[in-house]
Amino acid sequence: MRVIYSDVLVIGGGLAGLRVAIGARRRGFDPLVLSLVPPKRSHSVAAQGGMQASLGNVIKGEGDNEDVHFEDTVRGSDWGADQSVVRMFVNTAPKAVRELAAWGVPWSRVRRGDREVIINGQKVTLTEKDEAHGLIAQRDFGGTKKWRTCYASDGTGHAMLFAMGDRAIAEGIPVLERTEALSLIHDGKRCFGAVVRDLITGELAACVARATVVATGGAGRLYRVTTNAVINEGIGHALALDTGVAALGNMEAVQFHPTAIVPAGILVTEGCRGDGGLLRDAAGHRFMPDYEPEKKELASRDVVSRRMEEHIKKGHGVQSRFGEHLWLDITLLGRAHIERNLREVKDICRYFLGLDPADKWIPVRPAQHYTMGGVRTDHTGQNPALAGLFAAGESACWDMHGFNRLGGNSVAETVVAGMIVGEFVADWCEGAELEVSTRLVQEFVDRERASLDGLCHGGSEDASVLRIAMQEIMTSKVGIFRDGAELQAAVDGLAELYRRSRNIGVRSNAPGANPELVTAYRTQKMLRLALTVACGALARTESRGAHFRADHPQRNDQAWLKRTLATWPDPLADLPTLNYEPLDIMTMELPPGWRGYGARNQIEHPDTERRQQQVSEIRERLGSAGRFAVQEALMPYEHLLPVSIRGRNERLGEKLP
Amino acid sequence: MNAAATRRLRVHILRYNPAEPEKAARFQTYELDEADGMTLFILLSELREKQDPSLQFDFVCRAGVCGSCGMVVNGRPGLACRTLTAELPAEFTLAPLPTFELIGDLSVNTGKWMREMSERLETWVHAKQEEVDLRRHEEKMDPDLADEVYELDRCIECGCCVAACGTAHMRTDFVGAVGLNKVARFSLDPRDERSEADMYELVGNDDGVFGCMSLLACNDLCPKELPLQSQIAYLRRRMAKQGTG
Repeated sequence: MRVIYSDVLVIGGGLAGLRVAIGARRRGFDPLVLSLVPPKRSHSVAAQGGMQASLGNVIKGEGDNEDVHFEDTVRGSDWGADQSVVRMFVNTAPKAVRELAAWGVPWSRVRRGDREVIINGQKVTLTEKDEAHGLIAQRDFGGTKKWRTCYASDGTGHAMLFAMGDRAIAEGIPVLERTEALSLIHDGKRCFGAVVRDLITGELAACVARATVVATGGAGRLYRVTTNAVINEGIGHALALDTGVAALGNMEAVQFHPTAIVPAGILVTEGCRGDGGLLRDAAGHRFMPDYEPEKKELASRDVVSRRMEEHIKKGHGVQSRFGEHLWLDITLLGRAHIERNLREVKDICRYFLGLDPADKWIPVRPAQHYTMGGVRTDHTGQNPALAGLFAAGESACWDMHGFNRLGGNSVAETVVAGMIVGEFVADWCEGAELEVSTRLVQEFVDRERASLDGLCHGGSEDASVLRIAMQEIMTSKVGIFRDGAELQAAVDGLAELYRRSRNIGVRSNAPGANPELVTAYRTQKMLRLALTVACGALARTESRGAHFRADHPQRNDQAWLKRTLATWPDPLADLPTLNYEPLDIMTMELPPGWRGYGARNQIEHPDTERRQQQVSEIRERLGSAGRFAVQEALMPYEHLLPVSIRGRNERLGEKLP
Repeated sequence: MNAAATRRLRVHILRYNPAEPEKAARFQTYELDEADGMTLFILLSELREKQDPSLQFDFVCRAGVCGSCGMVVNGRPGLACRTLTAELPAEFTLAPLPTFELIGDLSVNTGKWMREMSERLETWVHAKQEEVDLRRHEEKMDPDLADEVYELDRCIECGCCVAACGTAHMRTDFVGAVGLNKVARFSLDPRDERSEADMYELVGNDDGVFGCMSLLACNDLCPKELPLQSQIAYLRRRMAKQGTG
């Protein structure tokens, strides 16, 4: 048995995983990164439009600060988020963007003087301040009060991931490329690393570490139509679920992005609408103001996606041989703007649609985009049930997005979580000796080997067939509009596929990686995860954020202001076990209310009014003492942050004390 | 769709699995019906699902941004995910990118090559001041200069430029257009404090900028249309000046 030792085993080489590894290295520990692909090919690279951080350098960002970013994020989450974590996040985001600037990200910069932009379909002249010239620029995004999204043209994720990847190389951090974790090694209380498989040779090994970090991104490939990369199969989520001990939080919270191109499902950035692009129907009519007079195209993603599907259902969709779609019109932005700030969009349109978006409208329809749910952790990134198991980024639920993530908050979360969790992982390593029984490690390796052998000498089921059937069920029955009957049918259908998956057989016995074997073992994991999403959605009889139940259209704070926790304690069970963790309104800085867009019909919790009175009283009493004093009185959070990244953020209108 | 009959595609794929050295490298022919909007990503996925589960290839983003799927399509290196079959004849060949270590069939180890190149050329910002105060304003940068740096930063390390390079086929240690572009990118970046002399140490030799024979297939084939011709020419002039000055 080959055993590879490190202090910190990071599963996943995207932005979150690399930043955790860098943090651990800077504290004197030895990280080891596992990555299915070369790290710079991770899905972080596909983020286009930008990263939210309240720098407020541009004129339309004037007055922006952590408080505004906090409120936008909590409203976006439909009050599902952990507000302390959101506070930690918004205070660290400006530091994260500035750190990346120092590491070489070519952020687009502010130019002093007049410039012409498109706002609400009209040409407007903005005048940028002299003192802002050369600082990092921000653009508009959905669900935000201020222009807050920092960007490098529309290749933001690429620029960030390359700077981060090169920084990791500079720090000498080893990466096991093309290596996959098959299971977490644990004794029910503590995690000791993972059994891994080399995707070139097919060999198994054990990676043993003081801390294990899941940073594997999203699970979009549970769906047939998704913007996610083909490697986003939710395997990190499944690794935690398969321990039987660690819980996944809010897996039913799945985001659908309004603008994926039809039919390929490839994303075109929210920056298209942020920069002034419009949504149009078959008649060429701009329909969003009819539904959302306040935010129009720039309501949150869950709302815009629902409005689009609603509009198609009313018969306004464009008919095409690939089904119905709507139009995204960015022609009004002009060729110069597109070729400077939306060039990836232009490339995607050219190669996958054969059109020039400066001249023609882009065919779009909502597609699965983001997994709000993830491995449940506390604010340090550690799982409460398995000591030494951490998670960061999209695969984690710590939980800053609740039931809907704002555009620009995902790449921001990856690097912020990497900074914060990296410090807490190092703290953990300082106190955690590595005491693990080699017999336990051997048992886990043997179990995985037996399982792979079983698939190679298995039954008659074809994993690809099961996977396609699963993706079809998820897209048709666990999508944007959900209802009880459809969800029950989804659970039944997935459970049947899961039973059949125990009889998967692999036809090819090619030595080496054997891609068919990879599909086989991943499909079994994905089916458990798909069941977790569907069961959570069936149980949640309310509508919140991206989880919309046509049969329960109201947000129900009275019954459902709580987080779903799913575990799979019995490996022979057909379904996951669901538990719930309440959110305490009485500790919230921003008590539940209307989001400022979307439906306005929630069922109130009795605590809401009481807490609102307390909050109003504190604001009145301390208002003159300034925003920091008010915030501190409402919901102290700074003690939760690692000491090294505490502190206020400098802005043009807000000098450091 | 017009009324034209669906094409039957014949695809010749170069097969070799280093784990099975007893089976010689060979072209294997597959046939399938073309579909609307079919890319090589869709085609190869379908072949693996329905005809040959052992077929090896790499896709990640399938959107032309991650650089995983470089392969030789009818003799030209390019990104398979954004190659539409409609642009190809009904019969065509697929082969792995040359010069990189072969993993199997169409899958090559570009990641290993790129990491070695990055370590050698130290493709990161070398700042005098290691720690910056993250609470304070970022250093200012001229907006046009930021855009110019971004332009060169767009490289996705797909390896097409290396596979297409005459020098890379002869000199295994040649850094390729990808490496030279990185040096150009970091030279341009005011945050990187390395001098011309430092850069000369990295690429002022035949494995660097003087190895380039100006065949410039890199420039013709770069999927991101990076200005490799002008960047290499400019870098060579600067390095020659540094070397003789």
